[in-house]
Amino acid sequence: MNNSLKNTARLLGAGLRALLVLSVLCGVLYPLAVTGVAQAFFSGRANGSEVGDGTGHTVGSALIGQRYDLPKLDPDDPDESARPDLKWFQPRPSNGLGSNSVNPRYSLILSGATNRAADNADLVTWVTEAKAAVVADNSTPGHRVRADDVPADAVTSSGSGLDPHISPAYAKLQIHRVAERNGLPVPRVAKLVAEHTEGRTLGFMGEPRVNVLELNIALKEVSEG
Amino acid sequence: MSPVTAGALQLLALISALALAYRPLGDHMARVYSSEKHYRPEKWIYRAVGANPSAQMRWPAYLRAVLAFSAVSVLFLYALQRFQGVLPGSLGFVSIDPDQAFNTAASFVANTNWQSYYGEQAMGHVVQTGGLAVQNFVSAAVGMAVAVALVRGFSRSRTGELGNFWADLVRGTVRILLPISVVGAVVLVACGVLQNFSGIHEVGQFTGGTQQWNGGAVASQEVIKELGTNGGGYFNANSAHPFENPTPFSNLFEIFLILLIPFALTRTFGRMTGNLRQGYTLLATMAAIWIGFTALMMWTEFTHHGPALELAGGAMEGKETRFGIGGSSIFAVATTLTSTGAVNSFHSSYTGFGGGITMLGMQLGEIAPGGVGSGLYGMLIMAVVAVFIAGLMVGRTPEYLGRKIGTRQIKLAACYILITPALVLCFTAVALALPTPADSMTNSGAHGFSEILYAYTSGANNNGSAFAGLNADTQWFNTTIGIAMLLGRFLPIVFVLALAGSLAEQRPVPDTAGTLRTDKPLFAGLLAGTILIITGLTYFPALALGPLAEGLAS
Repeated sequence: MNNSLKNTARLLGAGLRALLVLSVLCGVLYPLAVTGVAQAFFSGRANGSEVGDGTGHTVGSALIGQRYDLPKLDPDDPDESARPDLKWFQPRPSNGLGSNSVNPRYSLILSGATNRAADNADLVTWVTEAKAAVVADNSTPGHRVRADDVPADAVTSSGSGLDPHISPAYAKLQIHRVAERNGLPVPRVAKLVAEHTEGRTLGFMGEPRVNVLELNIALKEVSEG
Repeated sequence: MSPVTAGALQLLALISALALAYRPLGDHMARVYSSEKHYRPEKWIYRAVGANPSAQMRWPAYLRAVLAFSAVSVLFLYALQRFQGVLPGSLGFVSIDPDQAFNTAASFVANTNWQSYYGEQAMGHVVQTGGLAVQNFVSAAVGMAVAVALVRGFSRSRTGELGNFWADLVRGTVRILLPISVVGAVVLVACGVLQNFSGIHEVGQFTGGTQQWNGGAVASQEVIKELGTNGGGYFNANSAHPFENPTPFSNLFEIFLILLIPFALTRTFGRMTGNLRQGYTLLATMAAIWIGFTALMMWTEFTHHGPALELAGGAMEGKETRFGIGGSSIFAVATTLTSTGAVNSFHSSYTGFGGGITMLGMQLGEIAPGGVGSGLYGMLIMAVVAVFIAGLMVGRTPEYLGRKIGTRQIKLAACYILITPALVLCFTAVALALPTPADSMTNSGAHGFSEILYAYTSGANNNGSAFAGLNADTQWFNTTIGIAMLLGRFLPIVFVLALAGSLAEQRPVPDTAGTLRTDKPLFAGLLAGTILIITGLTYFPALALGPLAEGLAS
């Protein structure tokens, strides 16, 4: 008994030493080496792919979605529901969808999804409301949006809750509204959307998409310039 | 090009890339585990450990070393989280509560990476990089070591010796996982994955105000998270987070990393047993199940049945625009047919059948192609059962690779197969019978049941993905899932090593005309049938109450 206890202790000691050595290797040297290479050759990407506007101010990350809302009526009221600033292209919904504590609503980095099932009653309500809002917001006097035209990504929230993209269909659907609110001709805005539509990588990877932040930066330059 | 065609092409590209890597990597791994040579840095490590890497271990010694190393790992990781609050480099995060620290420690040591915490709001640099990421390496290396020990059981005779655990652990880490990780991490950084040590900071926004960001050594952890079939995300959204998986290319690359070693290990198996075609038979069985599941998943997600999805006009809830339905479906199947559990889209919002496919993938025992190491040894156990069934049909003592499958061997294989279903079904039943665990559900009805069934399926099979509506950060779930993960990992390892020992002691029997040829397509079919029938009989009633009920209703 005494002997087997001693053997066990010896084995645990060996295990601890192995863990410590491998921790130095895989938990200190390896990440430091990768960080060194990353910062030397890809420092922009390794630090979050920040993008600036024309004036050189950082306005976010090309990879992270954000909201384009009007200023709050009462800045001190945390419960006031945000009103989208329809001057700008809008990202995938976060308002109403995923109001649980996990969904970040683009404001702070706590990423996550609604995790509602396909037959969940809340999700059905959120999709219905989002669809109605998309139709109402994007219909202009000269242009009616039909409910059938609304693509799926316009009424569902993403996996991360930080999706920086929308589908080209949702971007196109917003063109008339954005043109009207900015006092720009519709073809000018349509051209902007076309310029910022990214196809599939190598023609087959992923899906075509539009980066909302980059599109809005370009829109700002056009509308102010 | 339609999204369906693009999805099929992505799958084809993945198959091509895996096929290209199959031979060189499989052969490399065979050399790594067969070589007599110790590199100089490895010798330093052995000296520090105080182990003789050339000493052969019989199965009880090998098992003791596995268990000792893993026990120390659990304690170390638990302590690291409990003391996080006083450690430097913790971004100001406090120490983790005991139940959650136990759950997380068990989870990462058991190669599960079930997470009941939110990465970006709980774990600082020290715990993420120095604790969790380290276990991503070594728990994978332990899995490969156990698989190689079983392969040695099939390739050695009359010795009972299975190799040296310390040598296998160190070589798997140093010669296989680390080199691929270094290259893969740089590729991911080039795609846009974070790699820095900055703290939480504010970044300006377009309409004013700021967003809060969390820096970290994300790329270096992301790559081993996939390569080691671990799955624990740096951020809560896992591989759906743009900082973990920024582009369609990085998405395919991560799926490639998940499947790389598990598939290639069948080549290593063929090499080490001296019969490559035996490895190809296992490969064919794994690949057929994997491709079949992926096709089914794409079909159900593209048809998007379910009230909310039909209303939205597509199954995009919980999915990212850049990946779309194709890239998300391929990822979901790859992660649940291996023991990975990383997600790039949220399985809970899949169609009823889609959620069922992810669950069934885990319930197969994660063998198509399975986790690193655990996939191969799980598949070999099923092969033993398949030759036993074939033997019963023709009335012969079954043999596999020249080893007699006698009473002892089949008992050990049967014990292996019974453990995880017992854990999954018993814990699910108890959780549902008790009054409080159901409070954690986000969804009700069949899907609520699925959330709990999924949680224990994921834990006991060491997957780590979730129907994440379930609030798993309760004492009940932290404790029981922690226990399920540890038992679901280490009890099967006990039986695998015992089986390996009994095989290595045998004198091989020569092939005769009556020997079942296990290197032919017929056997691949028998093997696939055995897997599906055993899993089906075990889990059908539970699946009928959850995903099948949900899928058929929509």
